[in-house]
Amino acid sequence: MSQDFRLDNIGMVNRDKKISFTFNGKKYFGYEGDTIASALIANGVHLVGRSFKYHRPRGFFGVGVDEPYAILQLERNNERDPNIRATEQEIFEGLEVKSVNCWPSVNFDIGAINNFLKMFFPAGFYYKTFMWPPSFWYKIYEPFIRMAAGFGEASIKHDKERYEHKYEYCDLLITGSGPSGLASAYAAAKNGARVILAEDKPRYGGSLLTSDVNIGNQTGVEWSEKIITELKSMSNVIVKNRSQVFGYYDHNMLVMSERISDHLPQTQKYLPKQRLWYIRAKEVLISSGSIERPLVFGNNDTPGVMLSSAAKEYMKVYGVLVGKKPLIFTNNDSGYETAIEFKKNGVNPLILDTRKEPSSDIVTEAKNLGIEIKFSHVVVAAKGYKKVKSADIAKISDNKKDLSNIENIECDCICVSGFWTPSIHLASQSGNKSEFNEKIDAFIPKKSKQKENTIGSANGKFTLEETINEAFDKGYEVSNKITENNNKVSMPTVVEKKSSEHDKFWCVPLPKGKSYKRFLDFQNDVAVTDIELALREGFRSIEHVKRYTTLGMATDQGKTSNLNGLQLVSDIENKVVPQVGHTTFRPPYTPVSIGAIVGREVGKHSKPTRKSPMHEWHEKNNAVFVDAGVWLRPRYYKQGNETLFEASKREAKNVRKNVGVCDVTTLGKIDVKGPDAAEFLNRVYTNAWLKLPVGKARYGVMLREDGIVMDDGTTTRISENHYHMTTTTAQAANVLSHLEYYLQLVWPGLNVNVVSTTEQWAGAAIAGPNSRALLTKLFPNSDVSNEGLPFMGYKEGDLFGIPAKIYRISFSGELAYEVNVESDHGNFMWEKIIEVGKEFQIQPYGTEALSTLRIEMGHVAGSELDGRTIPHDASLEGLVSKKKDFIGKRSLSRSSFTKPDREKIVGVVPLDKTTSIPEGSYIVKDPKAKLPNPKLGHVSASCWSVEYDNPFSLAIIKDGKNMIGQKLFAMSPLKNKTIPVEIVSSHYVDPEGKRVRA
Amino acid sequence: MLYIFCPHCGSRSQNEFAYGGDATVKRPELNKEVSDQEWDNFVYLRKSPRGKHLELWHHISGCRQWIKVERDTSTHEIFKTYKADELTE
Ligand SMILES: [Zn+2]
Repeated sequence: MSQDFRLDNIGMVNRDKKISFTFNGKKYFGYEGDTIASALIANGVHLVGRSFKYHRPRGFFGVGVDEPYAILQLERNNERDPNIRATEQEIFEGLEVKSVNCWPSVNFDIGAINNFLKMFFPAGFYYKTFMWPPSFWYKIYEPFIRMAAGFGEASIKHDKERYEHKYEYCDLLITGSGPSGLASAYAAAKNGARVILAEDKPRYGGSLLTSDVNIGNQTGVEWSEKIITELKSMSNVIVKNRSQVFGYYDHNMLVMSERISDHLPQTQKYLPKQRLWYIRAKEVLISSGSIERPLVFGNNDTPGVMLSSAAKEYMKVYGVLVGKKPLIFTNNDSGYETAIEFKKNGVNPLILDTRKEPSSDIVTEAKNLGIEIKFSHVVVAAKGYKKVKSADIAKISDNKKDLSNIENIECDCICVSGFWTPSIHLASQSGNKSEFNEKIDAFIPKKSKQKENTIGSANGKFTLEETINEAFDKGYEVSNKITENNNKVSMPTVVEKKSSEHDKFWCVPLPKGKSYKRFLDFQNDVAVTDIELALREGFRSIEHVKRYTTLGMATDQGKTSNLNGLQLVSDIENKVVPQVGHTTFRPPYTPVSIGAIVGREVGKHSKPTRKSPMHEWHEKNNAVFVDAGVWLRPRYYKQGNETLFEASKREAKNVRKNVGVCDVTTLGKIDVKGPDAAEFLNRVYTNAWLKLPVGKARYGVMLREDGIVMDDGTTTRISENHYHMTTTTAQAANVLSHLEYYLQLVWPGLNVNVVSTTEQWAGAAIAGPNSRALLTKLFPNSDVSNEGLPFMGYKEGDLFGIPAKIYRISFSGELAYEVNVESDHGNFMWEKIIEVGKEFQIQPYGTEALSTLRIEMGHVAGSELDGRTIPHDASLEGLVSKKKDFIGKRSLSRSSFTKPDREKIVGVVPLDKTTSIPEGSYIVKDPKAKLPNPKLGHVSASCWSVEYDNPFSLAIIKDGKNMIGQKLFAMSPLKNKTIPVEIVSSHYVDPEGKRVRA
Repeated sequence: MLYIFCPHCGSRSQNEFAYGGDATVKRPELNKEVSDQEWDNFVYLRKSPRGKHLELWHHISGCRQWIKVERDTSTHEIFKTYKADELTE
């Protein structure tokens, strides 16, 4: 295998391990430790994509998180992963990636025609071009934009990978393992602080991996290896690579995404693909370094134009040459370091320096090595379409306005350096107002906002000595504040080459008669002319300019473009950059996969699943379950080939005829205890509670302060100062919070305690005419006769040795009881009921039959108490006390709640007695009325009445009281049904309530 | 995610708490004549200040106590937290 651009004696990739992968279907080889970018460059591949707007060819621009171009789509185990940066994704055996943003192929892209239709894509093209005519939007513009836009396609399949969340606490979180990160971590860890050091790349060391320096008589690489090894061995330190701290949130909560398996052919057993760390740090040191700034010139987006620091890193870390005829275009000394590296590897670069006569150690070294340097020179324009072939260069006047001696020079890459931009994103996210530093033409963090400090080049310190000294000091200072230890490590001596000042030049003027596109934002194709246009059109605020032109948006968030954009705006506006200000940095710093954010909380795991103690019995007896809040409840028990409809009818009928048993464990249960419990309930419920005797239950309705029904249920007085409250399954948690609110904040004087006992009791509702006979056999020692245990009575019983509580309450409208035992005995209770109930033709019934029974009785439930109804609407006004005050009472006298035609619950029966009315249907007078057809109300619940064997529904309609007997229509536009109906009483079965008292 | 000091439990993450709104709202006393306007103010009208705000949080996944938190609504800075029975006139 020959790789034309691979160097033999340099780099950190593992030459012993060859790895093959495919790019756009073609097979390539690389080495373990390569990224897609380094491996492709080694193979001479530079064309990897097309730009967003003009579909211009795209290559590689950077070597890490700043990469604006090389966004690829990864396919692994038949799963797609879009938005992969080729500069970060490590290769593994069998990796498949392909280009995005191009159709039909990266080499021949039809969208590139946009490049010749530039008039359609000026700044704000989203807002202008696609506006008119409006009818064009759906048919022409939108499909066009959809096909052309985006960075890859998300998989529509279920993601089988596992993602985890982890919560961690530490004294000090350090973001980045460059020289400042390593030094501060070392100083703090040695001083006893609990440290987390996060590095987004696979290798630790940051700039030390590529710079020619000496620390404590070691090379930068040796020193960083030594420090990392020692840190890893310390029990108070967590060191993580491939881990990006992407968000700085409130109260020093930072979030980090750790890519555990992305670089492997497949996720290893017991390991997740990615892990999201929520880190609460006492202090944070931001050592995220800096990113090289581009210089702006004609066609500066051509593949082969890249950051000079990237070119150096490709050589030193990956042993890869980005070109063999490099042109280095720089306004500072950094370009020289890259040139020197080329030279050392046998390649002759040409340096164009915008400065007139710089002098420094590095410039001298370059000269001594025989590198050709042209001072006061610039690149006017890159030439070549899919790859740089040559460049027009020129001499630039001292005032940087005029070009002369334009000539064409052959080259295969242009390495640009426009000085450095500190990565202040995390500090800015923390709330730190940055300030513009004239010396480096960039923003650096100002006063700490949260507990954060920024160090190293992220703080504008560009010499290693300054960086290391500051980092050791800060690491000690911050750890000392937390641990109060005084172990100071000695600082190593630092040897580095001295640099000279950079030139503030950043944008090459256009030569006369030329209109080269000069790009500021490479990912979004924002050129100098776009910003000029936006300002001409009146956009002034940088935030508006950003949104209008899309400068600095998209996945790279303008890491390479922001400052040049600001420079341009301030130049045109005759302002200085700090007057223009910068746009707000928001998390995430780099894209985070949705899977990592969601973590394990997907599908069934998005919420806990609660099961009653009788769950296994239900399962064994063919229960079909339904989600009821977080509970799983049997919906019906399937016999043979029964449908839901048939089974629920059978079960409901059996309750009306014989006896049924229903698992009601899920009902919310709250113990209310204390000498003032009665008074408290009297204030919470709308009806009177002071005179309820011990051993009796009462149905109650509670309101919110705005008069809307919050919940209903029965509450039983167990003893003098002890009440057992039940709530609906759905509202259990809210009701408890509600009660606590009033007890703790509104009426702290009441001596009452509340506690949830939902999980302590297993409940079975036994309903039907045979229920008393069954109960007699279950509790032979108790008197459960109508006199011994009357309707709404309560007593304790002995269920074959198990203490039980028996409540004579009914939701089904039949003679019914509810038996509660401690949860552990739930299954025993259930099996006994079924066993003893056999002779009474007992059948278990699920929620569907339960609904049927309550609907035809006109008992309200969640579908009527839907957060919009007052007691009157649900025909519960009889329970509203006129004498006493209670929560929400004052609201009931609001005019809209007292108007005579207020909505009220009614029953609805189809005239043909066969057509079921879809829930949610509207009740209207005239189905043919002009739209919008005035609706009287809606159908809240529907069932098949087992009593009358025809459909029956409940509805809440305007002036319901006076509508009974009327013939109206139920309309369901969704189901395309119009059903003639008659309005009847909501109490369809046993309106006098004789059965429950029988 | 905020870090809230519960006076009963210590510093805990926001996801253990539920928000409860303005802590200075006083419910009109029971059985007292209240004008429509007064009642509306109590039920519906809330200030939404930028800056310091005394508000209720319910430590639902902890001690289940309602607490009062003095927080800056624009910076999320928490100045002080109080038990339910503190700061009552
Ligand atoms: Zn607490």
